[in-house]
Amino acid sequence: MKDFINKNKDNLITYGIVIIAYIVLELLMSLGLISSLMTGLLVPLCAYIILAVSLNITVGILGELSLGHAGFMCVGAFTSAFFSKCTVNVITVEWIRFTIAILIGFLCAGVIGFLIGMPVLRLKGDYLAIVTLAFGEIIKNVMNVLYIGRDSKGFHFSTKDAVALGLEESGEIIVNGAQGITGTPKSSNFTVGVVLILITLFIVLNLIKSRDGRAVMAIRDNVIAAESVGINITKYKLLAFSISAALAGVAGVLYSHNLSSLMATPKNFGYNMSIMILVFVVLGGIGNIRGSIISAVILTLLPELLRGLSNLRMLIYAIVLIAMMLFSWSPKAKDFRDKTVATLLFWKKDNTVKGGSDNGSN
Amino acid sequence: MKKLTKTLAVALSAAMFLTSLTGCAGAAKGGDTWKIGGIGPTTGGAAVYGIAVQNGADLAIKEINEAGGIAGNKIEYNFQDDELDSEKSVNAYNALKDWGMNILVGSVTSGCCVAVAAESVNDNMFQLTPSGSAVDCITNKNVFQVCFTDPNQGIGAASYIGSNNVASKVAVIYDSSDVYSSGIYQKFAQEADNQPFEIVSAEAFTADSKTDFSVQLQKAADAGAELVFLPIYYTEASLILTQAASAGYNFKFFGCDGLDGILGVENFDTSLAEGVMLLTPFAADAADEKTQNFVKAYEAAYGDTPNQFAADAYDAVYIIKAAIEKSGVAPSASVSEIGDALEKAMTEITVDGLTGESMNWSEDGAVNKAPKAMEIKNGNYSLIQ
Repeated sequence: MKDFINKNKDNLITYGIVIIAYIVLELLMSLGLISSLMTGLLVPLCAYIILAVSLNITVGILGELSLGHAGFMCVGAFTSAFFSKCTVNVITVEWIRFTIAILIGFLCAGVIGFLIGMPVLRLKGDYLAIVTLAFGEIIKNVMNVLYIGRDSKGFHFSTKDAVALGLEESGEIIVNGAQGITGTPKSSNFTVGVVLILITLFIVLNLIKSRDGRAVMAIRDNVIAAESVGINITKYKLLAFSISAALAGVAGVLYSHNLSSLMATPKNFGYNMSIMILVFVVLGGIGNIRGSIISAVILTLLPELLRGLSNLRMLIYAIVLIAMMLFSWSPKAKDFRDKTVATLLFWKKDNTVKGGSDNGSN
Repeated sequence: MKKLTKTLAVALSAAMFLTSLTGCAGAAKGGDTWKIGGIGPTTGGAAVYGIAVQNGADLAIKEINEAGGIAGNKIEYNFQDDELDSEKSVNAYNALKDWGMNILVGSVTSGCCVAVAAESVNDNMFQLTPSGSAVDCITNKNVFQVCFTDPNQGIGAASYIGSNNVASKVAVIYDSSDVYSSGIYQKFAQEADNQPFEIVSAEAFTADSKTDFSVQLQKAADAGAELVFLPIYYTEASLILTQAASAGYNFKFFGCDGLDGILGVENFDTSLAEGVMLLTPFAADAADEKTQNFVKAYEAAYGDTPNQFAADAYDAVYIIKAAIEKSGVAPSASVSEIGDALEKAMTEITVDGLTGESMNWSEDGAVNKAPKAMEIKNGNYSLIQ
């Protein structure tokens, strides 16, 4: 047991943070101490954490830059919302329907990730980034021209407009082009979100520790060396990329089932969002899963906490973002931080000497 | 030692995080003031509409407060940015709830409005959207509209063109990435089947490609269209008019309320807009006294000519005032009680506003007012009788 804990200490801390945060927030919520703004933010927070962690597979573990992550989220969001909207009257047990929706989002995004990954992963670095950016935009734009309706004869598809569907009087339009899907049942909640975060962490952290994960990291560190020891480069690259896409799909499911109107706008599924997720990963530290979680939380909360500043809000947000990025990653700032930590340590030393017995038991 | 520092750091940041979470909880309920919240985009590409609504409502609220408030109760106003994003719109709604809002004027745009309406129904918060025109906005019983629904505009435009024999061959250029535009187009196309004219071409553009319309105009010309129907906003419409004129096409143009404001576009040769017809509830240069007073006050306060969004928001506040006075509900009542009272009162009141005479509402939340057809003559909007 002790051996297990020692080996997995780092991972256990990550799980622990999530679980403790969940318990504390649930407690505060039941006591009515949390504002409605924060309550409303909890599910999006979970979605963004999953996105950041999943992108970290591609960026941190595989070492490739992907700017199309929001596209996979979009696939997960739309396929699952489509499923839920179609079956809302057929499968009345909510958790069964939502579980299937999550699986559908996971699989569809994974398959799309696999299909896109096949041609795209032949590229490296900047080229890969640009092509994934393009694919992300393609996915968003396809969603914007897609019309799907349903009547007694079955499903109708069109890429022109809703009139071209030729629906019967009683038919309903499910996906209405740029207007997206409205009336998705609101199945997401904080508990489901946290469970999905834990599952995502479980998948990702175990992947990193596994044989496959080491192979992926070997590719990241040196492709030629990895190839020379017999690692199948294409296979492992595709594996990492598809898992990353599939988990982004799960985040999309969570996102789409939290809002009753789902539209593919540049704001939520465009490259802005892809870059936002990349910012989570970069600020939290590339390859650092726990860092991704923390930075996703901070950067999502920040613009909302700044609401008091009204018109200056987005400006201040940008400035704070720049400051945080500099403070976390510029070499000078790192030196400064190390020095401060050192001073703190000395101060701590005095402290521990005084109250040593107390700390020792921890 | 290092571990301890780490633990300490984690504990400290957790504490800070929690303080920030709970910091804004437990906002005081508005005792004897009405707390009206507003939601709309005030940053980003659609900021024009959000700011117009913000200012329009602000102006009305200032006027009411100066005149002594609603039955002696003053109004407080708080407008939150949603960046044209449904998710942010819901966040804004929750932030306003923390502030103690008891009535909501918003959201400005349809997509955001649908998302917010799904939340507000749980609180039975009375919601009056000035400009969220999609039908899905008002499916819940607590949401009412000031503007026409998109289908009504589409049907209205089609039947106007049909019954007045404006043209027999009609082309449509619309924005498929915009809910407003494609919503109107869909109903227009459906209604056109019942009308004596024929749609000869329907060409779409999207938010990413809204600067060059030569292809769409060429197709309309090839199909022999006499009239081009533009269910879009005025910025793109001004480009279409300019490009049509420079290519030498001689179409008639017909639009909906989004075209209001076209005469105010910078560097736009307004003589090109001569003869453009539009169905709109509001025009800033209309001659009636009410509109002129509003435009004057608005320009003095915000240095900008008001558009239809501002007028809708201005009306929205007065509609709320009328509904409150009708129901006699007090601001000290709970959000849900206010909601119940106002929902009932809405179906009983009739309001004369900037955007329509004797507006009244049915239980489904849609407004009932006569559309006004305007034509641009001598650089001015004039009412077609």
